[in-house]
Amino acid sequence: MALLLELKQCTVQFGGLTAVSKFDLQVDENDLCGLIGPNGAGKTTIFNIITGVYRPTSGSITFEGKPIAGLKPNAIAGRGIARTFQNIRLFPTLTVFDNVRAAFNLRLKHRLAHALLRIPAFYREENDVARQVRELLDIFDLNRFAHLRCGNLSYGDQRRMEIVRALATKPELLLLDEPAAGMNPREKEQLMELIKFVKKKYEIAVLLVEHDMKVVMGICERIAVLDYGIKIAEGSPHEVRANPKVIEAYLGQETPAPAL
Amino acid sequence: MVYGVLRFINFAHGDIFMLGAFSGYYLTPRILPHFTGVLAPVGVAVVLFGTMAICALLGMLIERLAYRPLRRMPKLTVLITAIGVSLFLEYGGQFIFGADPKAFPELVPERALENTGALTITTTQIAAFIVTLLLLVGLTFVVKRTRLGMAMRALSNNSTAAQLMGVNIDTVISFTFGLGSALAGAAGILYALSYPSIDPLMGILPGIKAFVAAVLGGIGNIPGAALGGLLLGIVETFVGGSAFSTYRDAIAFAILIIILLFRPAGLFGKTQVEKV
Amino acid sequence: MKYRHTKQIALLVAVILAAVASRFSGSINPYYLQVILFIGINVTLATSLNLINGYTGQFSLGHAGFMAIGAYASAYLSTEKSAGIFQALGGANAFSIALIFALVLLGGGIAAALAGLIVGVPSLRLKGDYLAIVTLGFGEIIRVLIQNTDAVGGPRGYSGIAGYTTLFWTYAVAALTIYVVLSMVDSTYGRGFLTVRDDEVAAESVGINTTRYKVTAFVLGAFFAGVAGGLYAHTTTYINPSGFDFQLSIQIVIMVILGGMGSTAGVAFAAVLLTLLLEYLRFVAGYEWLPDLVRRIASNRMIIFSLVLIALMLLRPQGLFGALPRMAGGRKTPKSQPGPTIATP
Repeated sequence: MALLLELKQCTVQFGGLTAVSKFDLQVDENDLCGLIGPNGAGKTTIFNIITGVYRPTSGSITFEGKPIAGLKPNAIAGRGIARTFQNIRLFPTLTVFDNVRAAFNLRLKHRLAHALLRIPAFYREENDVARQVRELLDIFDLNRFAHLRCGNLSYGDQRRMEIVRALATKPELLLLDEPAAGMNPREKEQLMELIKFVKKKYEIAVLLVEHDMKVVMGICERIAVLDYGIKIAEGSPHEVRANPKVIEAYLGQETPAPAL
Repeated sequence: MVYGVLRFINFAHGDIFMLGAFSGYYLTPRILPHFTGVLAPVGVAVVLFGTMAICALLGMLIERLAYRPLRRMPKLTVLITAIGVSLFLEYGGQFIFGADPKAFPELVPERALENTGALTITTTQIAAFIVTLLLLVGLTFVVKRTRLGMAMRALSNNSTAAQLMGVNIDTVISFTFGLGSALAGAAGILYALSYPSIDPLMGILPGIKAFVAAVLGGIGNIPGAALGGLLLGIVETFVGGSAFSTYRDAIAFAILIIILLFRPAGLFGKTQVEKV
Repeated sequence: MKYRHTKQIALLVAVILAAVASRFSGSINPYYLQVILFIGINVTLATSLNLINGYTGQFSLGHAGFMAIGAYASAYLSTEKSAGIFQALGGANAFSIALIFALVLLGGGIAAALAGLIVGVPSLRLKGDYLAIVTLGFGEIIRVLIQNTDAVGGPRGYSGIAGYTTLFWTYAVAALTIYVVLSMVDSTYGRGFLTVRDDEVAAESVGINTTRYKVTAFVLGAFFAGVAGGLYAHTTTYINPSGFDFQLSIQIVIMVILGGMGSTAGVAFAAVLLTLLLEYLRFVAGYEWLPDLVRRIASNRMIIFSLVLIALMLLRPQGLFGALPRMAGGRKTPKSQPGPTIATP
């Protein structure tokens, strides 16, 4: 399988604090990779440097062989990396339909002048976008909400919406930031099915940050474990589970963390 | 200071300053004649504290009526309301006090103490200096040493957590407003001592400049704000004396824009990274 | 989703109506005519500001500055630079005046758009109340600069501007502004403005160039404010820098808020309503039978304005016709942040 995303020796510092230190990661095409670690280990920071929200202090990031570190988030989305957020970030005042439609902006041929002049090509393209949005919503069974404001959807539907919106940018790599957060066991089962389905149907790679071990162990083919910004283990779910360093990071060694 | 604790721009601050000057204008002839001779400084103090009390009450009243109901609303809603309050005070003031400038009474007898040609120090300047110093010390004491001051700082850091720890935010915010307004009122009197012509719109520029000074010094940082005020004053005086004197009023804004663009945390503040 | 040509037709109808109405303007009382012209200008101002403040969520308090630039630039062009064109077209006739006025308005709009470009840049780094203060500052700086420019009269004001503005021009511009804003927002491209308002980080994550959208909003909004300024200058024939102060910006903002940020119809309606209200207050101040107090308050329009503003914010912050449940920034976040689920397999 071809290499899709590669992080080499990436370090992120905020003032004096090192959030991520010399982090390496490779994601292949069609890979389903998990990134786990205790709270504050730097997982979301890694997402943020991949998607251009932050710039790594040092190190390189390449996507499909080209460097992407330092590009703006919208340019990185254009290269084919889409993401969801830990605390759902939809466009709350837009409808479900428009939330997905907004993601088509990226591949729009006609822009300001066409929207004003309304030449036939504009209508053709708008109709084409509308059709694709409908198709996507259909696949994920969200069409019945198409004209509801996103803010009115249930929590689980909002999570799903965010994934659909990310897919609408037609990515090669999908980053999911704690998609199972706040879900009950049944919803988590459904989520796992959904992720597997998405990966197969759209033939994309998925990189997943997750707290919930069941979800991660259940679907990921490869897992990287992060603690205090340093990668302490990487391998198959089975290997990671048996790794003493991982157990130590999660359970602590002799002095357990005081209960809150 | 209000901005540091509550994280919103109180447009009406400059107008409280104006009300302070006017309250001094009305109080002085009613109070000062009762204190003659040795007691005169006491009379001045009574005027000053009376004004501060009036402004504190007004500030708290404004907070109660206009800002408290909006506490859970987006910042911009509050900002717009603050602009409304400010306009109301300005034009309401014009309505009640009249639009024409008034001569501020002589609170401290003006007398040159030291005259070495270029440098003249007057009694008013000394009085203003001493009062400012006392107020700054008092403010620092309140913020650093008292329970309410601690609650204020807690609120500034994290209002939810402060609330959970038993801080009554209504009281604290109200108190902050009162304190900030009292100081603004005192500043109004001090200003009127040196420039004894007051009118209802006098608060607009000082209000904006106070904000510029606060931003310049780093928001929520009392010594920083004082230093920012000093710096702004120096730059303005300098420009006012140069060939560009007609541009003077634009200077505060130009500084503000430059600071916000290049050092949004102020000269002495720390930058914060937005969390995603 | 079906697309029909309703918007273009509506624009055409509006322009024709404006042209027809213009033919009868001679029979309207000049005072009423001026009020009607002000209404059209205010509709243009409020609708264009709504693109920046309402749809794109970049709270600007500097619209009067853009208007001032448009007013001064177009006044300067029509007073100082149009003689040559008149000569080439054989003197002042209906055609040459129309052509020159169109060019002059365009010039005012372009000048303001350039200023919009300059002001739009800080909006890339600032948010919310800071941006509001900075745009306010820009507006004031523009005013001070004009005050210091002798070529356009400096603090004395600029007089002797030709009274070219007619009903046709005013309402054709208002209709065009509404058309541009509406047709732009109603497109996949235009939805981008709304995503910038709703959540910038999310917008960028789906590939939306928020920088470009914000600058576009500022430039377009400023352009139409500049054109409105040109119309204003050629209505009153005298302009003064102090007429374009921060309070004028606030008046336009109030129209946008009253109408509901991001609702073009509401904002246009609010502009009509507020202009009429302000004019009506002049009459109230003149009614002899009213108590003196009421008349004095009515003559001080800023008191009424500030009270309207405060009341609106306290009672209906979404505006009278607002579509938004809450203004930009009111994001719904999940209530429970799930704690760490440290499940050991």
